[in-house]
Amino acid sequence: MIVRRLLIANRGEIAVRVIRTCRRLGITPILAASSADLDSVAARLAHEVVCLGPPRSLDSYLNIDAVVAAAVRVRADAVHPGYGFLAENPRLAAACEAAGIAFVGPTPAQLAALGDKLNARRHAVAAGLPVVPGGEADDLESARTLAAAIGYPVLIKAVAGGGGRGMRHAHTDAELEQSLPRAMAEAAAAFGDGRIYLERFVTAGRHIEVQLLGDGATVIHLGTRDCSIQRRYQKLLEEAPAPGLAEDLRAGMEAAAIALGRHLGYRGLGTVEFLFDCEGGRFYFLEMNARIQVEHPVTEAICGRDLVEEQLAVAEGRRLRLSQDTVRLAGHAIECRLNAEDWLDGFRPSPGRVTCARFAAGEGIRLDGHVQADSQIPPYYDSLLAKLIVHGPDRPAALARMAGALERCEIGGVANTLPMHRALLAHPAFAAGGVTTGFFERFMAEQA
Amino acid sequence: MDLTDHDVRAILQLLDASVFDELDLETDAFKLTLRRAHGGGWTREDRALKRPRVLEVPPAAATPHAAAPGAGAGAGAGTLEVRSPLPGTFYRAPKPGAAPFVEVGVRVGPQTVVAIVETMKLMNSIHAGAAGCIAEICAVDGEMVAQHALLLRIQPDPP
Repeated sequence: MIVRRLLIANRGEIAVRVIRTCRRLGITPILAASSADLDSVAARLAHEVVCLGPPRSLDSYLNIDAVVAAAVRVRADAVHPGYGFLAENPRLAAACEAAGIAFVGPTPAQLAALGDKLNARRHAVAAGLPVVPGGEADDLESARTLAAAIGYPVLIKAVAGGGGRGMRHAHTDAELEQSLPRAMAEAAAAFGDGRIYLERFVTAGRHIEVQLLGDGATVIHLGTRDCSIQRRYQKLLEEAPAPGLAEDLRAGMEAAAIALGRHLGYRGLGTVEFLFDCEGGRFYFLEMNARIQVEHPVTEAICGRDLVEEQLAVAEGRRLRLSQDTVRLAGHAIECRLNAEDWLDGFRPSPGRVTCARFAAGEGIRLDGHVQADSQIPPYYDSLLAKLIVHGPDRPAALARMAGALERCEIGGVANTLPMHRALLAHPAFAAGGVTTGFFERFMAEQA
Repeated sequence: MDLTDHDVRAILQLLDASVFDELDLETDAFKLTLRRAHGGGWTREDRALKRPRVLEVPPAAATPHAAAPGAGAGAGAGTLEVRSPLPGTFYRAPKPGAAPFVEVGVRVGPQTVVAIVETMKLMNSIHAGAAGCIAEICAVDGEMVAQHALLLRIQPDPP
């Protein structure tokens, strides 16, 4: 099978980014968009746009029947789900398969195995990966018992979760009591599944992940990323490779990720997330994301590959075009997520009309965005406006390049996190490299 | 057809070696402005100009409209208004199918959560803000509300 017409069932910067690869490869990109996005930048760049339904995600981007009907209507050979929305939904993958349309992603069985976080933990254990102590909790009573067994502080996670949504931590029974109903409510609202589980919260940890690419038979890795700069489990800045990591630890994580990929017979692009316990010097499996990640460009920068192109090749049923020996990782890359949020007002979301969108350009600078002057940022979806990515021969060079690039960027009309990234880049602890996930909270406290 | 990053880098290399500080490139599909920045380096501004080719337009009735900020005004003298701090989707219950946070007539305290407004995937709890009874629920569950839209009215307790 050859992908000639691709339906992109997503929006925002990832839709724009997939369209760019389609154009380069001579594939016709067709966008499936909600009625709020019919005049978006992605819609303007796509060959055609098919409307999925009203703005609310449930009525459009999360509507499986509407996506499949759109794919059939435009005679798409394949559906690219992007990230978020239905990207990891096994029912969409199965419905595409049933309609004779390729799903750009893993098999429905792999999505089902990884989408349920407890199930994913079991697979990780079976593949020999270390996991953080924890388990499922049906209600407050069982959560209390479990928390007592694994010890506070604990992390509350959605079984069907991902992307850090619905995650909270609790240091005491009282905090657990307060957070549990909210975590369940958020999980139910976001994923249609209110089940949660608890894990011991590692107080000094780094979030390090390994990029995998598989074709169902062979699995390779494309190095590590460090995503420890997070606020409420939402990543704000990522870099590749993870800085200051002992070589044996890096190799250990990469081998563990490959082991899980092989155990699953993994097909497509996936990310194995690890928590590195800085005090214990050990790493634990967190979860595996069965999709392209927001932060994939930092990996593309250091490996010199277009990961969407590789995804499409796998979706066409081809074997991997690169082997582990041919993967060369060079230099250091950093990505800043520019969100429509007021960072000095509790990260208050700031939808509205963009009046100015000017970005840095030049050698080693990439901009993946979906805003331009006069863009309307709707309140229905996430706040990501653009990602600024830089690549340099080493980390200090990349940091200097990013600091210069941020100075040249301007987004007007909506509050945004450009100033936050400028302050972050100027912070000595961040510049030194290897901060833990607790760093950002301390950084914010210093801003007061 | 828009320019790739590769194209833009090639143009920048030419510009860098030139005396020019700005380049404007416009077709009916896109507009690109490259400018030399004061502190060195370049900036770019892109605009996609092509009108999207939309294959299917949803029935107009299906598009929810945001309730105007003043909607529902006029009811109940002496009541306190609870307004939305942000534009977003108004929810009366913590999750689909669950019991609503409050009903008309229910007693609330200042910290009681009376609703949720979801903006950019963020659930914002809406607090009553005063002790009293729910007098009226003005916004519709699951519908878009504008910033400062009236959500509920509360009959405050007598002082």
